[in-house]
Amino acid sequence: MHLYRQKRLLLQEIVKTMMIRPITTVGKYIMLMGRTFARPERMRMFFKQYLNEMVQLGVNSIGIVLLISFFIGAVITIQIKLNIESPWMPRFVVGYTTREIMLLEFSSSIMCLILAGKVGSNIASEIGTMRVTQQIDALEIMGVNSAGYLILPKIVALMTMIPFLVIFSIFSGIIGAFCTCWFGGVLNAEDLEYGLQYSFQEWFVWCSFIKSVFFAFIISSVSAYFGYTVEGGSIAVGKASTDSVVMSSVLILFSDLVLTQLLMG
Amino acid sequence: MIQVKSLYKSFEGKDVLAGINATFDNGKTNLIIGQSGSGKTVLMKCIVGLLTPEKGEILYDGRNFLSMNKKEKKTLRREMGMIFQSAALFDSLTVLENVMFPLDMFSNDTYRDRVKRARFCLDRVNLIEAQSKYPGEISGGMQKRVAIARAIALNPQYLFCDEPNSGLDPKTSLVIDELIHDITTEYNMTTIINTHDMNSVMGIGDSILYIYKGHKEWEGTKNDVFTATNERLNNFIFASDLLRKVRNVEERELKKTKQV
Ligand SMILES: Nc1ncnc2c1ncn2[C@@H]1O[C@H](COP(=O)(O)OP(=O)(O)OP(=O)(O)O)[C@@H](O)[C@H]1O
Ligand SMILES: [Mg+2]
Repeated sequence: MHLYRQKRLLLQEIVKTMMIRPITTVGKYIMLMGRTFARPERMRMFFKQYLNEMVQLGVNSIGIVLLISFFIGAVITIQIKLNIESPWMPRFVVGYTTREIMLLEFSSSIMCLILAGKVGSNIASEIGTMRVTQQIDALEIMGVNSAGYLILPKIVALMTMIPFLVIFSIFSGIIGAFCTCWFGGVLNAEDLEYGLQYSFQEWFVWCSFIKSVFFAFIISSVSAYFGYTVEGGSIAVGKASTDSVVMSSVLILFSDLVLTQLLMG
Repeated sequence: MIQVKSLYKSFEGKDVLAGINATFDNGKTNLIIGQSGSGKTVLMKCIVGLLTPEKGEILYDGRNFLSMNKKEKKTLRREMGMIFQSAALFDSLTVLENVMFPLDMFSNDTYRDRVKRARFCLDRVNLIEAQSKYPGEISGGMQKRVAIARAIALNPQYLFCDEPNSGLDPKTSLVIDELIHDITTEYNMTTIINTHDMNSVMGIGDSILYIYKGHKEWEGTKNDVFTATNERLNNFIFASDLLRKVRNVEERELKKTKQV
């Protein structure tokens, strides 16, 4: 009898954490987005915030995007060269493969995963801190739609900036690849150039853009949700920031699968 | 004037407000006092609409707040100003921009007029020299004063202060108290202040509401406090040695004047 009750309690707990909580979270998220995508009260204030966020979320991420893409571009070239080099393989394959990896996955998906760490935690902790220091309450008291005022500019700004970051990433990766030729002498620069241009499809670039815009929405809205719903103090803000990174990474990976299948399959 | 009628609010089955009735007059500083955890902040949050009570009525000069739709609430919000326990200034904006924020958001004045109004409010709290600093660069007392300036920028009818002088030294507290009191009488606002600072109670307690475990235990003015017979109120107010001594002196004086 006792055991039976314990089992039932355990079952209830499992149902609660596995089914009810995720569903309520999704519901709350959708409701928050409903409040976010309302017409801004003051366009002037919206554009001011929008510009600020473009700088803070976009321009300030250019450095890390360039750095990482450069090294990944270089490393991929070296790896491919080392691992698939054989007399049967045309020499341009290295350039071709490098381009496909950069264009199709790295510069959109992997870069967005990295940005989820940088931008996502930034958004979650900023909004979370505003929540625990009652700045959001202060906005609400004034009659400002706090979700719209704080979150909408971030989402729109990141979605506008991300295609540019993708372009920067692709170029930086290619430069990294060339550097292995020029300075490392890993392979011939002409071969690499030929490979990079070999059977190029413009649509792939568009796929990258489309995917990255989706990911930008995921990063900004999910982290904003975690920040906005913080309750408690600085520990809760820290947790929200971590949770937002984990959750947006998972969602990016999952939607990458779906989007890639839809766009290219 | 704000009227609160039989307000109930509970968290997870625990009653925090158990049927509060109160009237807060305009042109007066209305104090809500009570022990930590007695529900002062919850009461204020219910009044301003940050929390929704389960039962009861809140009337802003006869306008029922709880039955308003979103738009009406928004209009009423323009008439409210609030000073939070933590000042709640926007970190990313300078002092002047903080005070200008409500004007930027809601007034249709030109930029020049908005700056002028913000400067006027800052001047009112004697902080004009700190206008280009960021909230992180000024002291706690100054932050509270900026919060007051921001709260009065739109000329509100109703001013709410949640522990405006917690964490401040007695002298600065006095400055803040007097500032709030002066502004209240000057603009004939309805001001509600949460506090457990006895100096404030004695200084600006035009009307005092003592809540105990979520219900109204006592109400009166600062002059009634010394002669109040309510046991719980006395235990609360005269918890400190100093105030007990003050009361004894005061009682002796009273007796003397009666004898004469
Ligand atoms: N969001 C909440 N969820 C659950 N319980 C809450 C919440 N807010 C307040 N309470 C509870 O309500 C009670 C009253 O809290 P309140 O903050 O109003 O106290 P207070 O009188 O303002 O105290 P203090 O003087 O320390 O600020 C407390 O017991 C608190 O635990
Ligand atoms: Mg409180």
